[in-house]
Amino acid sequence: MDKIETTDSLQQKPRVLGMPPGSFVTRFGAIFGLVILMLILSIASPVFFTADNLANISRQATVNAFLAIGLLLAIITAGIDLSVGSILALSMSALALMAIKWNVNPILSVLISLGVGASVGLVNGLLLTKLHLPHPFIATLGTMNIARGIALIITGASPISGFDRAGAGDVLFLGAGSIGPIPVAFIIVVLVYLLFNVILNNTSFGRHVYAVGGNISAARLSGISVDRTLIFVYSISGLMAGLAALMLAGRTNSGYPNAGTGAELDAIAAVIIGGASFSGGSGTIWGTAIGVILIAVLRNGLVLLQVPVEWQTVAIGVVIVVAVYVDVIRLRSRK
Amino acid sequence: MAVTNDDQINAGENYLLKLQGISKTFPGVRALKNVHLEVRKGEVLALLGENGAGKSTLMKILSGAYQRDAGEIFWEGRRIEIDNPKAAQDLGISIIYQEYNLVPQFTIAENVWMGREKFINTSLGLINWQEMYDSTQKLLDELHLDLDPHTPISGLGVAQQQMVEIIKALSQDARLLIMDEPTSALTETEINHLYDTIRSLKSRGVSIIFISHHLDEIFEICDRGTILRDGEFIKTIDLKLSQRDEIIQLMVGRSIDQQYPKIVSQRGEEALKVENLRVPGTTQDVNFTAYTGEVLGIAGLVGSGRTELVRAVFGADKPVHGKVFVFGNEIQIKSPRTAIRAGIGFLPEDRKQQGLVLLLSVLQNVSLASLFKLRGKSGLLRLRAEKEQVENIVSRLRIATPGVNQLVQFLSGGNQQKVVLAKWLASQSRILIFDEPTRGIDVGAKVEVYNLMNQLVESGAAVIMVSSEMPELLGMSDRILVMHAGAIAAEMTRSEATQEKVLAAAMGADKNG
Repeated sequence: MDKIETTDSLQQKPRVLGMPPGSFVTRFGAIFGLVILMLILSIASPVFFTADNLANISRQATVNAFLAIGLLLAIITAGIDLSVGSILALSMSALALMAIKWNVNPILSVLISLGVGASVGLVNGLLLTKLHLPHPFIATLGTMNIARGIALIITGASPISGFDRAGAGDVLFLGAGSIGPIPVAFIIVVLVYLLFNVILNNTSFGRHVYAVGGNISAARLSGISVDRTLIFVYSISGLMAGLAALMLAGRTNSGYPNAGTGAELDAIAAVIIGGASFSGGSGTIWGTAIGVILIAVLRNGLVLLQVPVEWQTVAIGVVIVVAVYVDVIRLRSRK
Repeated sequence: MAVTNDDQINAGENYLLKLQGISKTFPGVRALKNVHLEVRKGEVLALLGENGAGKSTLMKILSGAYQRDAGEIFWEGRRIEIDNPKAAQDLGISIIYQEYNLVPQFTIAENVWMGREKFINTSLGLINWQEMYDSTQKLLDELHLDLDPHTPISGLGVAQQQMVEIIKALSQDARLLIMDEPTSALTETEINHLYDTIRSLKSRGVSIIFISHHLDEIFEICDRGTILRDGEFIKTIDLKLSQRDEIIQLMVGRSIDQQYPKIVSQRGEEALKVENLRVPGTTQDVNFTAYTGEVLGIAGLVGSGRTELVRAVFGADKPVHGKVFVFGNEIQIKSPRTAIRAGIGFLPEDRKQQGLVLLLSVLQNVSLASLFKLRGKSGLLRLRAEKEQVENIVSRLRIATPGVNQLVQFLSGGNQQKVVLAKWLASQSRILIFDEPTRGIDVGAKVEVYNLMNQLVESGAAVIMVSSEMPELLGMSDRILVMHAGAIAAEMTRSEATQEKVLAAAMGADKNG
């Protein structure tokens, strides 16, 4: 239960910070579902509640955890970022290409690959604000294809593996290493979530994100630079995809251009299960964390119970629909 | 249709609709208590009351959206039930809401017949366009409306869209039209046109329930008025025999000695100076100055450029030409941010769309424009200081809210307006621009807003007030600028200004002789 308690205590704060009281219920609902799911799995499978398995879940959740942060920010601003899965592939391919094929300094390779992620995000933001594309769905649909295509081109459409053999074994530490029984990736996820908890609740940028999503005209008339806020949001989303790439590269000891195909949808699911609204202005990092964990636990549990992959996909779909329906009922009852 | 002495007759025949002893309770709230209402055939009945008086609940019962808890409904003397919206529609009750339910891409005729298309062959689903367009044209002609049924809604103005709603109601054989604040988005001319339409509806025997905050309109177009207060039936009055003050007193339950509690204070230094400001396509070169310690009213008809002018000063719309000086220093009018940091605050005419983030709390809304002042050395917001500051302002403005964490969407119109003002007090604005400060706010809350203006002016702020309500302008301004066709047509002091003078200048009377 460690994981939940960590996220719980880190989120004690925003509740007092004037967060909408309704979203407390949403959070409570999602965490309630998660607890029940974990109880059932603990009873149904002897393996589930072991340190090894929990570490395993946390590793598998890493990529989605990072992508979901980007999606959370985009969705709070009433937008969407479809390109994160492809940015992941592009960053990862660039990393492998540099560190393995070109023998670029590992640290430099890492920094550049993160930079690639952030840059594609920046392009998304610029397309949206400067070219005035009507909705981020379109801008990011475009870059989703462009980034994936470039990833295929630079890798020759095949995986590049073996960071360790190329003398860049350090790169693996973040994605595959552990400190005691705790995966390094998990520690980084927790730190980044803590950081974003502060960013969203304790900085003016965080307030701007909510204000822009809640009412773009009121935000503008309150002196908020809407364009700058949006450009930042999409750049952060790209950067998070770059971080996810780093983790995945570490775990798989390779870079491959088909990585993260469809990953944006899992990230969207996590954010929505976590209570964010597609119409913008609401959503919390805490809820998103629960959403990410819920999906990972569900996938893991279904594997342990030997449910075929096809049915796992069905189960995720059902959870999304149920979670959002619960939210709909809650909103209706409040009227 | 003139019916006299029928109060004693009480026979159902002259009444189209009669409500008796209607009550409705929501969890924790008594929305309606023993309400009576009668609508005669071919009459315009005003439904009067402050916000929260129960007008909308009553409307929803009539439209079948809510069910009453007690009471009886009679339709032409027969006792009936209105179980659902369909039942209301079958009876011939139609509501024209403030927000129209039209599909912008569809033509007038398509909207009028939407969901009730006429068919050449029903089983094949072949639509009879010819008949639909012809019948729409016929209705338009009957109401003397110069509109082509083939025009898409997106090509129409607000007033014309309203007419389409009326036509739509008539196409459903509406016998009772309920109009909720029908004039709120209309210009003077359009309102007069609406009156004409209402009169021709009356002559067709259609009855109308007219809901409005504007007493002038009520006296102009309504026959009788039913007054509600706090969900209770107060009185039904004959408007020909009633006085404004009497109605206001019945509505608020107390006598308002002064609707405009103006305090004249000492005019201070020059706060805002605008030189040759031009909004391309809207205003000509405009010059004016606002001083601390005074309320500068800006009058003008809709379309005269008054809103565009003040929005331009605030940097809300680009691009503009000209110079703006704040307390003697020139500022670049690039964006609201520049204006805000120079000490200007802007309360837009549409609070919900432009002034507030409804999903966020009072606290988050109030500090939205002053976050840059709340940033600590670490770059993080000083949350405790923020909360303290917001709580101070909330209690100073007496904003009725359970706490600063309450979502703004749950506050009343008057309190929402105070939240917008609170935002500018938090950013320490010394020049406050109010665009239609009391639109959609009930009588009691209006007085509060005026008192706050007094306080602002006394504390050394400059207030600029754009308004289309003449009594408000005359009642609260120290000086009035009148705009006509994008230019300032006249300037007058409080003592010089009269309703006639302002209106004449606003209509460009000077130039036309």
